[in-house]
Amino acid sequence: MMNAVAGPIPPFETFYELHAPEVLRFLRGKVGRDRADDAFQETFLRALKAYGRLRHGEHLRAWVLTIATRVAVDTHRRTRETPGELPETEHVDATPAYADLGELTDGLPAKERAAVVLRYGYDLDYRQIAAALGSSPDAARQAASSGVRRLRAERRRQP
Amino acid sequence: MTVPTDLDRRFRESAARSGLLDAGFDVVETPLGELLVAATERGLLRISFDPEPEAELEHLMRIAGPRVLRAPGAVDAVRRELDEYFDHRRQRFDLTLDLRGTTAFTQAVLDELARVPYGQTATYAELAARSGRPKAARAVGMVMNRNPVPIVLPCHRIVGSSGDLVGYGGGLERKEALLRLEGVTF
Repeated sequence: MMNAVAGPIPPFETFYELHAPEVLRFLRGKVGRDRADDAFQETFLRALKAYGRLRHGEHLRAWVLTIATRVAVDTHRRTRETPGELPETEHVDATPAYADLGELTDGLPAKERAAVVLRYGYDLDYRQIAAALGSSPDAARQAASSGVRRLRAERRRQP
Repeated sequence: MTVPTDLDRRFRESAARSGLLDAGFDVVETPLGELLVAATERGLLRISFDPEPEAELEHLMRIAGPRVLRAPGAVDAVRRELDEYFDHRRQRFDLTLDLRGTTAFTQAVLDELARVPYGQTATYAELAARSGRPKAARAVGMVMNRNPVPIVLPCHRIVGSSGDLVGYGGGLERKEALLRLEGVTF
């Protein structure tokens, strides 16, 4: 099996069973117990949707925590918006809220993206990020900074 | 910490309804023991006498794709028809089948197999002849042995030319039990 080295993709059931408890714990921390159940559902449905496009089974933990992070961001955004408020486009010029980091980092490799979102979106320190990504603090720092470098390069390429 | 049962069930239900699964499976209780049953949007994909999901997951993934999840809702229709069959309330299955990946010969043999009526038997040689390959009794035996959906496609009704049961992927005692259930004497 050639792709055994690259880390084959496990059946979704295996992936879900392995990461569900941690994702739920993570979401409870981010959005609170009351809203964590819905966020949990949303996270794994998004993961399910994207799962068929995965090319290898590496960093799945970081990958799903990144999705969970984005769902938490969306949950916060929804709660802040109440009917009658100005539409969101009104504050496009404001400093990107961590909500926007999700989209900005779409093109990054999973690990870098997770590191960037967790560092600059959630202000986690590198020790916490390392724990979330299953790597060392140094590796987390490296992933975040290479993610940022990549984003800058990306921005320069855009007209 | 584990995920609360309710939340887990809710996710699995939504997943089954979402149309995103390559295959949904569950373990179904029957008088023959637990069966692992898997279905896709197209129909029944697999029935296995080995109810150990670990062993089956990789196989399901190879035939259907990686989005394989235990989702009881995905196999409700199969569970219902199996219950009725074991309860003597059903002699024909109305399930659509998803037999992807089968060769033309296998498909022809399985089509003929589906026509062997409840409570009757046919021999491997007869089934070979009906499939248009009269000399292929041994190959028919192989097809029976690898039947992806036993019980529903009744390979238990196929016996040796002298009438002995010969073999069964799920074990001979299960073949006997199924034939006895259908009132076949042997």
